[in-house]
Amino acid sequence: MSLRLYLVRRLALMVFVLIGIVVVTFFIVRVVPSDPAQLYLGARSRAGQVEEVRRQLGLDRSLVVQFGGYVGDLLTGDWGESLRTRHSVLEDILHFLPASLELIISAMIVAIIVGVSLGALSAYRKGGLIDHGSRIVAIAGVSLPAFFLALLLQVIFFRVLGWFPVATQIDPVVAQTHPVTHVTGMLVVDAFITGNFVAFADALWHLVLPTLALAAYPAGLIMRMTRSAMLEALETDYIKMARAMGVRQRFIVLKYALKNSLAPVLTVIGLMFAYSLVGTFFVELIFAWPGLGTYATMSILSLDYPAIMGVTIVVAFMYVFANLIVDLLIAWLDPRVVLS
Amino acid sequence: MEMRRTPILGMWGSYRTRHQAAFEESRYSLRVFLKDRLALLGVCLILATIIVAVAAPWIAPYPDQGRGASNVKERLEAPSRAHPFGTDASGRDVLSRVIFGARIPLMISSVVVAAVLIIGVPLGGIAGYIGGWIDELVMRITDIFLAFPALILAMALVAFLGPSLRNVAIALVITWWPWYTRLVRGMAVSLRQRPYVLAARTMGVSQWTIIRRHVLPNALGPVVVQVSLDVGTVILEVAGLSFIGLGARPPQPEWGLMVSEGREYILSEWWISTFPGLAIFLLVLACNLVGDGLRDVLDPRTKR
Repeated sequence: MSLRLYLVRRLALMVFVLIGIVVVTFFIVRVVPSDPAQLYLGARSRAGQVEEVRRQLGLDRSLVVQFGGYVGDLLTGDWGESLRTRHSVLEDILHFLPASLELIISAMIVAIIVGVSLGALSAYRKGGLIDHGSRIVAIAGVSLPAFFLALLLQVIFFRVLGWFPVATQIDPVVAQTHPVTHVTGMLVVDAFITGNFVAFADALWHLVLPTLALAAYPAGLIMRMTRSAMLEALETDYIKMARAMGVRQRFIVLKYALKNSLAPVLTVIGLMFAYSLVGTFFVELIFAWPGLGTYATMSILSLDYPAIMGVTIVVAFMYVFANLIVDLLIAWLDPRVVLS
Repeated sequence: MEMRRTPILGMWGSYRTRHQAAFEESRYSLRVFLKDRLALLGVCLILATIIVAVAAPWIAPYPDQGRGASNVKERLEAPSRAHPFGTDASGRDVLSRVIFGARIPLMISSVVVAAVLIIGVPLGGIAGYIGGWIDELVMRITDIFLAFPALILAMALVAFLGPSLRNVAIALVITWWPWYTRLVRGMAVSLRQRPYVLAARTMGVSQWTIIRRHVLPNALGPVVVQVSLDVGTVILEVAGLSFIGLGARPPQPEWGLMVSEGREYILSEWWISTFPGLAIFLLVLACNLVGDGLRDVLDPRTKR
């Protein structure tokens, strides 16, 4: 199979999956609750109102017609109005998404750096002190609930040590004296590119604890996958060959073994990005982070169903695109994937 | 059915001799597993949790508070002799609640795992062994479910079903079965070409019998490994959903909910959240240690 054919098949699969996501979310909204109109109105409603809303939402029509309307609304950007904020759901999501992305990206950077380097180091020095130590750290990292780790970090680094702030993206005083111009919506990035270094430093300071809380699980898994992939690579014939030819150990590890163990590591990184998309919900809730997670949790608790569906679709779509990128990267790195 | 099979099996000797290799294999596996001290530690932790959960009414110092009765006279007391883990905002003994809380993750994870296996494994076997349009259909459905991050689909489902532990279990089953269908399907596809399966087919054994007797039992190893690796995640998700307010309802002694109830006091009365949080951590850690140990033993890809 050529690379182009692979690309076409992969894209076709993605389109199919995106349609599937829309179908599934439609069923969750329209079929799972016993009475969506009642849900829309909330607890305080009169009988006449329910009928009225049912007609307004088109619930009296057939499922096929309803589905057509649902898809049409999604495509034209009419994702409904949030019952809680009374804003358009799409606008709300676009407003809250950048703060989450900032947190997720910074957590993924930390997780990849820590995970890949510790994983490679433990494979290189298999059975050594670093190997045992990092195995324990990794397994503890994947066993700690993110919300509990977030609370622990608050107690240790705020209450006991007093090193880091515990809530929001920026100190309110700094936000007043050095307001950040909105460019991307990611505070740290905006402050940096507009040269607002006071706000940049403060925002970066606020980012540390949430990043650590979110990065622990991905770092643990990436580390374990890097270690086992590296160990496998170090056993292969081409590494033995390189050794026999007297290539320096450092060169073998960095140039051959690490590069050839990247494919499984990339798969895990993709999975972990998906994990962070939801993991950030817990972390944001605890650090009062004004992101998509806080918005989603508030929506879930107030049964704001247009908002819940909007967030679900956005997160699922981002997940699908992340998987696509990872698969294409792997295909590019490892020609065997395309050929099989 | 039984009548017809017996004489043929009789030629192959007793169950024990027929499965000699399997017996030796599993004894070897057990020996390797027992040598893994971390995995053994995990087994002990899980056994201890089960004992605590079963014996909760007898070992908890304040059983009625463990179940949820409040005791406003002793609110927010620091850990002491009378209350080793302190008391919470309703004056309930945190130790008793942590002890009773052991029941919930054990019960939910067993129910979820059982249901996921009942749905996922046969479906995977059928799809992989029979192939054709059934395979195509089942695999495309799993594609869609796997395209969602499991937790957000579970959240949306519970939000609409209504928050409760039962609905959390339902949502987790709906989001987890495709992984097992995938796994077993892959095994079934490769098992289809094995000589003993071909032999059974040429002898005229029906395809259902082949799936039941030859395909599914041989896919068991990887499934067991996957279950042991997943149980920890299921426990984390139950606790997480309860933490957000989608799972257990107050005053249920659920660990995730307890962490959430202590959240506003974390900077002063740290013990309310810390002990249930540690309980989640230890149980999940135990599951992961056992899972790792089992994988090293049962996964043919890891070297001996």
